[in-house]
Formats: sequence, C-alpha cells, structure tokens
Amino acid sequence: MFSLSRKDFTLLAVFSVIVMTMPIWLQPLGAAYPGLMQKFVIYAIFAIGFNILFGLTGYLSFGHAAFLGVGSYTAVWSFKLLSMDMIPALFFAVVFAGIFALFIGFFSLRRSGIYFSILTLAFAQMSYSLAYSVLTPITNGETGLLIARDDPRAIDTMLGVGQSASGMPMPSLIGIELGGYGGFYICALVLIACFFLSQKIFASPFGMALRGIKSNPTRMIYTGFNTKPYMLTAFVISGMFAGLAGGLLAVTDPIAGAERMQWTESGNLVLMTILGGVGTLLGPVIGAWVIKYCENIFSAINTQMLNGFFEFLPDGVQSVAVTVMSKFVGEGWHLTLGLVFVLIVVFLPGGLVEGAEKLRHRFRRRSDTYDLAADAQEKRT
Amino acid sequence: MTAQAKAVAPDAVPGNIVLHVADVFKNFGGLKALSDIDLQVEEGTTHAIIGPNGAGKSTLLNVIIGRLPPTSGAVVFDGNVLTGMAPHEINQLGISRVFQTPEIFADLSVLNNVMAPAFARRDGAFRVNMFRAVMDEAEIRAEAEGLLREFGLYARREDHAGALSRGDKRRLELAMCLIQRPRLLLLDEPTAGMSRHDTNTTIELLKSIKSRGMTIVIIEHDMHVVFSLADRISVLAQGRLIASGPPQQVKDDPRVKEAYLGVPAE
Amino acid sequence: MDAILAQLLNGLDKGGAYALIALGLTLVFGTLGVVNFAHGALFMLGCFCAVVFRYLLTIETVTVDPTQLSPWGAPVEVRTPLVQSWLGDWGAFLVDYSVPLSVIFAVPVMLVIGIVMERGLIKHFYKRSHAEQILVTFGLAIVLQEIVRSFFGANPVPQPIPADLRVAADVGVWFGMEAYSVTYPTWRLVYLLFSAGVIGAVFAFMRFTTFGMVVRAGMADRETVGILGIDIDRKFTIVFGLAAVVAGVAGAMYTPLLAPNYHIGMDFLVLSFVVVVVGGMGSLPGAVVAGFLLGVLQSFASMNEVTSIFPGIDQIIIYLVAIIILLVRPRGLMGRSGVMES
Repeated sequence: MFSLSRKDFTLLAVFSVIVMTMPIWLQPLGAAYPGLMQKFVIYAIFAIGFNILFGLTGYLSFGHAAFLGVGSYTAVWSFKLLSMDMIPALFFAVVFAGIFALFIGFFSLRRSGIYFSILTLAFAQMSYSLAYSVLTPITNGETGLLIARDDPRAIDTMLGVGQSASGMPMPSLIGIELGGYGGFYICALVLIACFFLSQKIFASPFGMALRGIKSNPTRMIYTGFNTKPYMLTAFVISGMFAGLAGGLLAVTDPIAGAERMQWTESGNLVLMTILGGVGTLLGPVIGAWVIKYCENIFSAINTQMLNGFFEFLPDGVQSVAVTVMSKFVGEGWHLTLGLVFVLIVVFLPGGLVEGAEKLRHRFRRRSDTYDLAADAQEKRT
Repeated sequence: MTAQAKAVAPDAVPGNIVLHVADVFKNFGGLKALSDIDLQVEEGTTHAIIGPNGAGKSTLLNVIIGRLPPTSGAVVFDGNVLTGMAPHEINQLGISRVFQTPEIFADLSVLNNVMAPAFARRDGAFRVNMFRAVMDEAEIRAEAEGLLREFGLYARREDHAGALSRGDKRRLELAMCLIQRPRLLLLDEPTAGMSRHDTNTTIELLKSIKSRGMTIVIIEHDMHVVFSLADRISVLAQGRLIASGPPQQVKDDPRVKEAYLGVPAE
Repeated sequence: MDAILAQLLNGLDKGGAYALIALGLTLVFGTLGVVNFAHGALFMLGCFCAVVFRYLLTIETVTVDPTQLSPWGAPVEVRTPLVQSWLGDWGAFLVDYSVPLSVIFAVPVMLVIGIVMERGLIKHFYKRSHAEQILVTFGLAIVLQEIVRSFFGANPVPQPIPADLRVAADVGVWFGMEAYSVTYPTWRLVYLLFSAGVIGAVFAFMRFTTFGMVVRAGMADRETVGILGIDIDRKFTIVFGLAAVVAGVAGAMYTPLLAPNYHIGMDFLVLSFVVVVVGGMGSLPGAVVAGFLLGVLQSFASMNEVTSIFPGIDQIIIYLVAIIILLVRPRGLMGRSGVMES
C-alpha cells in the first residue's frame, strides 16, 4: 500500500527534502517568512488536487475555488463549535468539501468539454453569490467568518482545555499552538503526504483509467469501463484536496471569506497548474510556488526601488524605464502574470516542466550521442 | 435491466449459438436501414457479414454493440438481451470490438494500452484501485507483454501509441481486444486501407486467433479476406439478408451475384 | 399589472446588454470555433472608449479672468473645454452627449482592437483544444483589464447621461395606464432601443449581405465553406472584429447605467457565457432570446414578493436556469444538437 517505484521514491525523497528545507533555501530569495511559506505549501496542495482532475482526465473545472471556500468555512466552524485543534478542523473540511464536490460533480459530469467547464463555473458562482447573500448566517458575509473568544468549542470545554488568559485562541495540534514555523512544518508534512498520494494515484490502474478517459473516452467504454464513476471519484478526490487546502488556510489564519470562492480564484488555480505543467507530478507544485513567489516579490516592488535599479541609466531614459516597468510591478503585477500566462499557453503548452525536459534533451543531444544510445539501451531493458 | 431483459429473451437459445440477432428492424425516419435481420453465430466460428456499400453492415454492427437501439427485434448474446445495455456492460459480457479506424489510447504507452483492457476484464466496469502501481501488476503485465511479442509490437512498448503506424495501431487494437479474452470478437473492416502485404499479415494473425477457438464476427469489403477466414457468410443488400451459409454456397447463390452485379467487386 | 410592466422594463435593458455580449460571443464561437473568455474584456474596453472619448472632449483651457475675483481676492480661473471654446454651444452639446457619441468613436477603435487580437493571437488557436482557447483568452482578458487599470485606476469612472435624457419616461401612459403609474428612466429606454437596433443591424447584415451568408454557411458547415475556396480566414478576422464592435458599443452605451471599472468585463463574462449556453452554443437568435429572457427573469426574481419566498433567488436565478438548461437540454433553447459535446 505504501510502496513506490524506485523512481517515484527518489522523487518523493528529493521533494520532501526540498519542502522541509524551504526556510533555508528561500532565505537568499528573500521569501523565508512562515506566512509566505505556508501559502506556498497550501497552494501547492490545491494545485496537486486540481491536477488529479484536470491533468489526468482533461476535464477543466472552473469551480474549484468553491471547494477551497467550503474547506475554509468548515474549518473555522470547527474551531468555533468543536475545538481549536486542527485535526477535527481538517477532517471536517475534507469531508464537507468532498460532499460538496460529490453534489456538484454528479451534475456537472453529465456534460463534457466546454459545457462541463461552464457548469462548474455556474455552480461555483452560485455558491459565491449565496455566501454573500442568503448564507450570511453561516458565512458572515463580507466581513468573513471569524473565531471569537466566547465560542462554545464543545470538545475543548469537555476536555477542560483552557484558553490563554488574553488574546484570541490559536489553532493547535494536540495542545501545541501552531504559530509561525510550527504551522509551516505541519503544512509541509501535509503537502508531502498529498504529493505521495498523488504519486500513488498517477501510478495506479485508477490513474491509468483516468488517463484513458482523457485520451479516448470511446475506447474506454467499449473496453468495458464505466467512465462516469471514475470521473466522479476523480472530481471528489480533487475537491477534497481543495477542501484540505482551504482548511489549512484557516489553520494558519483562522478566518474565512467568500472572496476565496470567486471564479477568478479558480482561474488562478488553473494558471498555476498550466504554468508548472498539466498532468505532471511536480508541475502544479512548481507553478503554485512560482506564482505565489512572484506575487510576493513583484507586488512589493515600488517606484522607489525601480528608480534605484535603473540608476545607471541617463536621467531621461531612467524615468521612461521606471514608468514602463512600474506598470508591471506593484499593483500591476497581475499584468505580468497575465502576460506570462498567455506566453506559456502559446509557446509552452506543457508548462515549465515540459520546457525543462525539452531543454535537457536538446542539451543532451548536443553534448554527446553516446548518452542517447545508452538511454535507448536503458529503455529496451 | 438485465434481469428484466432476460425474461423477454427467447427461452431456447441452443447451447452453441453465442450471438442471435433476432428479427431486427432499424428505421431512420422513413428509411429502412435494416429489415428483418435474423442471424445466428455459432460458438467458435468466424462469421462474415458482407454486402455492397450502404447495405446496412455498419448499422447492423452498431445495433449489435448497443450503439444504436433497434426499432424492433432484439440482439441476444449468450442468453442476455443486449438491447438497452450500455456499451461497457456489453463489453463486460464478453464482446470486444475493433473499429474501422483504430480507437486506441494515443497518449498512453503501447504497453499501457494493452494493460488497461486487462484491468477492465479483471476488475469489472468500475473499481478504484488506487494503491497498487500498474507496473506491480506482474501477472497482467506479463500477459500484455506476451501478447505484444506475438503481435510484433514488443520493441515499441514504451512508445506512445499515437506514434505508431496505421497498421501497427490496428494490430495494437486487436491485441487490446484479445487480452480481454472475449467470447465474441467483432471486427469492422480490419483491413480497410491496408496494403496487400499488411492485409496478408493481418489475415495470418486472424487465422491464428481463430484457430484458438475464438468466435469472430467480421464485416469486410475485401473478398480475399472474407474467403480466407469465414466459416459462414451472410450477405446484406439494401438492409435485407439475402443469403447466409458456408462460403461456397454463398458464392454460387444467384441472388448474391445479382446484388453484386453493377457494383464492381474488388 | 403596473408592477409587472415595471419589472419587465427593468429586465429588458439589462437583457439588452446580455444579448449584445452574447451575440458576439456566439458569433465567434459559431464561425471561428473559439471559446473566447476575453469577450468580457472587449465589453470593458468599449466602456472605456466612452470614458476616453469624454476625456478627449473635456480637455480644458484655463484662463484667468481678472475682472472677477474670488472671495479671497484672487482672480477666478475659468475652465472651458476646448471643444466648447472652438465650437460654442455646439461644443457644449458634444460634451453633454459624449456617451451616445462615443459609439461613433468606439466602432473603429473596437474594430481595430478586434482585428489585431484575432490576427495576433486568436488565429493561432483555431486548431487547438477548447481548454487551451479558454486558457489563452482568459490570460488575454487579465492582460487587457490590467492595462486598463494601470491607466484608469481601480475605481469606477461614472459617465453622465445627457441632460435632456435624465428625466423619467412615463411608460405607463403608452400602455393606457394612469399617468405616472409606471415610469422608466429615459436612458434605459434608449439603451433598450439601441440594443434592439444593433441586434437588428447584425441580423440584417448576416441575412442580406453575401458576407453574412458565407459566415452563416460557415457556422453550419465550416469544412464545406473551406472547400469551396472561399477565403474564410479573412472573413473570420472580420467576424471577430464585428463581435468586438458589438461588445464595445454595448459597453460604451452601458456606462451611464453602471460606472465601469477595469473588471466589469469579468463580471459580465460569466453571465454572458451562461446566456450563450442557455440560448444554445452557436445560435444567434438563441443568444438574443436568452439574453432578454434572463435579464427579465433576473429582474422578476429580485421583486420583494419573490425574494420573501425564496431569499437570495435574485442572486442565483441565472446560474440556476443555466444549470437546469444544461442538464435537461444541453443544446440550449435554439442550438443545434451535439455542438461541442465532446
């Protein structure tokens, strides 16, 4: 059950090391803040889950942000009603998101192609609108759902877990409060587990069936596969990953707002997955990291910094350069994001991972041909 | 559905009749595509369905595999009425189909193309098998590799199936069907668009499959293929069955000659 | 009765906007086979055509009038729009009517934008999958709206209604009701008539010109038209430009009803996709009917009588209808069956 092929095991080991050493290697990149690293890790989980649906089956959902939102709301409610411990919070976040995905998936998967995308989009927008209007008693509308000192927290009260004398209670894990690096390491462990799970799915007959549906649905049904339940399972799993990510967002910062459910958030998720490489194991993770990192770096740059950067230029040229560049950073970093996205879809539909592969191959082919022969040999055996 | 359908099925299906197309009519609007087709396929034989273009061969095949519902009549396979069943249910009963243009998984490796149908055979129409790796399924893998060796595709097992030549794709599709150990193999013009050489290779391949006792229904244009393989031949013309019997008998049938007159044969 | 008429009218002008956007969307989809997520951005660019046009008209000269003194003794600055100082009352009229006049400005601008977009990007995606089309146009939409934001900021830019049209029209009287029982802002009425006019023009264009006939033939059967040796590529470019123009003028005229900001397009995009789907992918009459239908439906759903029974229904009615339509009748109200079904 836990076994992996040697190649996958190596990948998992390397991946784990990379994730756990984030605080070290992000230091020179200027991004080693716990809050930011938590985001890296959580959005990677989100993208991994999305990739199980989009990457394996090719069904493009534009509604995954809704599952993220459901996960967040559920987790905060668990903090309010049950306990500040993260385990029930995450458990319920995953379960509720799963049920929600089951419902939406059941209907949306009756259609394929663009119709499926629009159905998921419509469901998600509906949830978003409801969260802002009728469901305000549950979602607390625009303010967002917050925890309060006097929430009931039945389990905590029952177990006699006291609150600290002052300030808001913090999410915890078996009594240990999860602030800063602690929170990051917990999220990192969850990410590694998710990555492992996604490796298992990719290598399994189940994953192969999903790929088969993407590749040739006609052949699948004439081969005796009932494709509907396969699709629905994939949809629910990927919804649960999103719920988990939403729950973790609430663990690291116990507040849930409806803006997380907006369809442009789903768009950003698609963007991360595409940027990294759809259907690859590492791609979505890399995509999520690159986008979150760039968001952090680019949006922090201001005119002053640009002025400093272009100081070597003559005055007039400097001001022009600064004016132009300032459109792409700070508030305008979304422009950069959109441009990169368009360029990726046009020139590198396989994303960064495929780009790296291509580069590697080209490099290899040029550097020595012996290697290629060895490669072929390796393939044959 | 199945249980209900069984009750409607004719009681007496002789043991060796594996497929019975019983009094099938198919109308498209006013057009009678199939009229009163009654066909029986014996276990272990190769039954060819021939006929000029537009005679209704493809319609008949689509009715058999459940893609089209018949206007009246029924298709009975091994005591099960196929009418109204989903394609995957029909496959699970033991009918595999080769398409006129090969339907394969272009994005999967050749080996995985052959392994996937084996999982459908072993695990049924739906099973979430998430924790075992495909490559650890040693038994199925060995079977798939054996089949690929036999079909001369073993050297290419790691390649994407989409990169294969048209002839190789056809053979791959045949392997995908055979690994399911079907009780009935449906072939829709398996040599269409092939060179003489490829056609002959395919005939040899099909002969060896046939010799293992496989029941085959084949729809074909090419008389060379038909007379090399078929034990029985049914001739369709304008949606009607005009002759049915052993090859020699069909060959000499005046009605068959008439149907093919004016339609230049191969 | 009068309440119903009022709601009907309220829905119709919004429906007009939906119909116009959906018209272009489905035109592009039907002929080019492209799912254009940047279509909302075209509507947004249209809105900002009106903004820019007004900005150009109101470039001012500042003169100091020494004869007049402000309360603290400084000479008063007199600001006069250049057009007004050049053209007098005629100029003032131009400024006042900037929004409807901006349509004239928007047509060529949007045509150019559409053509550039199609030649530069969209044409490379005819043969790629719908998923990739969605992705690239979604990216393009982000780029366009961010460009607009970098020039106009994030806040809505309200546009005035011409002074003469700010009154309410007494619609009730036209239907034989008491005076002032149903009134309706004149501008909304103008928008409704405008959208009806544009829709009529598009349909007339499609029906009575050779170009339109070729395009319609292309919508029915692309391959054949290609085989006939008609230079379908150039026609596609023009179709895309036309769709951009329709979306653009719809936006320009809508600005007084809803102050545009950079993401107004995204807000309308989802709705107009829903409209297209409800009407039937690739069906022009379907898009129009569904646009008005959903606009009116939304307006009725927001009546107090309805929301008191189904709270929040006004927020979700459109999506609900879309979901039901998609599940029950995937080809929409008027679409051909099987369009884009895997």
